[in-house]
Amino acid sequence: MEIPEIVGAGLIVIGAGLGIGRIGGSAMDAIARQPEAAAKIQTAMIIAAALIEGIGFAALFAK
Amino acid sequence: MDKLINDFSVGLFFWQSLVFILLIVLLRKFAWKPILDAVNEREESIEGALKAAEKAREEMKSLQANNEAVLKEAREERERILKEARDMKNKMIAEAKDAAAAEADKTIASAKAAIEAEKTAAIAELKNQAASLSIDVAEKILGQELSAENKQTAMIGKIIEDVKFN
Amino acid sequence: MRSNFTVLIALAGFLFFTPLAYAQGENHEEIQHEQAHHEDAHHAEVHDEASGEKDIKGVIKETIEHHLADSYEFHITEGVGFPLPVILVDGGLKVFLSSEFHHGGVAAVDGAHYKVNHGKIYKTDAAGTITYDDHHHPTNDKPLDLSITKNVFMILVMAVFMFFLFRGVAKTYQTSLAPKKAGRFLEPIIIYVRDEIAIPNIGEKHYKKYMSYLLTVFFFIWFLNLVGMTPLGVNVTGNIAITFSLALMTFIITQVSGKKDYWMHIFWMPGVPVLIRPVLAIIELIGLFVKPFSLMIRLYANMLAGHVVIMSILGLIFIFSSWVAAVPFSFLTLFLSVLELLVAALQAYIFTMLTSLYFGAAVEEHEHH
Repeated sequence: MEIPEIVGAGLIVIGAGLGIGRIGGSAMDAIARQPEAAAKIQTAMIIAAALIEGIGFAALFAK
Repeated sequence: MDKLINDFSVGLFFWQSLVFILLIVLLRKFAWKPILDAVNEREESIEGALKAAEKAREEMKSLQANNEAVLKEAREERERILKEARDMKNKMIAEAKDAAAAEADKTIASAKAAIEAEKTAAIAELKNQAASLSIDVAEKILGQELSAENKQTAMIGKIIEDVKFN
Repeated sequence: MRSNFTVLIALAGFLFFTPLAYAQGENHEEIQHEQAHHEDAHHAEVHDEASGEKDIKGVIKETIEHHLADSYEFHITEGVGFPLPVILVDGGLKVFLSSEFHHGGVAAVDGAHYKVNHGKIYKTDAAGTITYDDHHHPTNDKPLDLSITKNVFMILVMAVFMFFLFRGVAKTYQTSLAPKKAGRFLEPIIIYVRDEIAIPNIGEKHYKKYMSYLLTVFFFIWFLNLVGMTPLGVNVTGNIAITFSLALMTFIITQVSGKKDYWMHIFWMPGVPVLIRPVLAIIELIGLFVKPFSLMIRLYANMLAGHVVIMSILGLIFIFSSWVAAVPFSFLTLFLSVLELLVAALQAYIFTMLTSLYFGAAVEEHEHH
């Protein structure tokens, strides 16, 4: 049985979503633990999330 | 991907790039540079003002410390001068005392020496006189009593003994 | 305080009602549009299943697509709008107003005939024949199209607006060191871009020469995102050509300012075994192009998705066509519009942030390993 491409894209997007969720959650934990480092954590979080987001978009548009 | 390439419009890309580069150049000259310069200048002036205030405070503090130091020094100086004066006074008194004592000692010593010398001279004189007196007396006595030989011998012996013990 | 509150209420009302009015306008226009092109083979697919519900779904889909697509005229609402100049390079420059297309859909200029098909201009004959290949793509010639379309028009308007806005702000500094007028609002944002985006990522030493680009790109994206939220119905930043241009500029500036250390970290990574270095070089080389690509796709997809979601939910109102559905969906649209306001700023921030990060990597001078 042939699996449509869109299913693969969906899987990748689910993975990317989970990844970004984890990054966000961990960043919240880290900020709660060290509020004075919030700015640095935020920057790192956005960069990491942006990289994963890139993969998600690539999956969406590569089809 | 097909959709992306299909959606791509060359005209839009051309105009966007052109307008955007122009916008950057224009805004750089007419907006960003003056704004950032003004903001920088303001920040620097605020910083400068804060620094000047800090410096003034610092100077004030050092001035106060300086004043205190000068005051302290003056007090010490006074103390020192007073002490010196006192020392000088004491020393002078002590020196005067010493000098007086030495002078007195010297006077006494010379007086003693003079007395001694006088005494020695007087004694010598006395001795001489006594001797000559004795001789005179002896001459006289001898002239009278040396006739008796035993008496002469006794006499001489007696005189010799006296002289010896004297 | 009170006036601020009033402005907020007015803004909320504006956001709440305008999309509705706007969608309605688009809708009517689209329906007419549909009827006009009824013979068009592609559109016929939608109409073949003639049930009313399917029809309105098709119309909504068309409306959304129409809204997202570029256009040769500035259409605000039904009967309100103006044609824009079309500029074609096809054996010489050909300039005419898009209103020429109104005469039977075919514009005749200097003996050549042009027709708009699915938002693109094709060369055609006097009757306006378009031939299709097997994949339903037109086979007609496409002239180089440098028209002032709706999006180009908005870019020009935005450029002029930004120029006068920021020059005005810059001028107020000549008289006083404190910001005046619009500067009171914009100066903190400019300082934010400098202190929170540029300096931490690029470094105190090099950040100055990139400030012009970063500030321009930030305000350009942000303002155009916001314009996309107005009922003017423009979708500039949700356009792949725009984001491609922006990402390309970031890419070029990054490579041009790349120092020795930057290239060394790409082609001959220090501190790893020599055998692994060529493998890393390949990965880094791919990364070099993936970075601006993701920059391009991110902005495009986010803005596009925002518009699609809002318009889809507005479309639900017309599908259910009842006040019971209209009230909750209107509020949902309002909520999503406010969310989109946040996304508008967020995407501008992320684009600027990642751009400065790439610049920072390019100019970074490493301690010796």
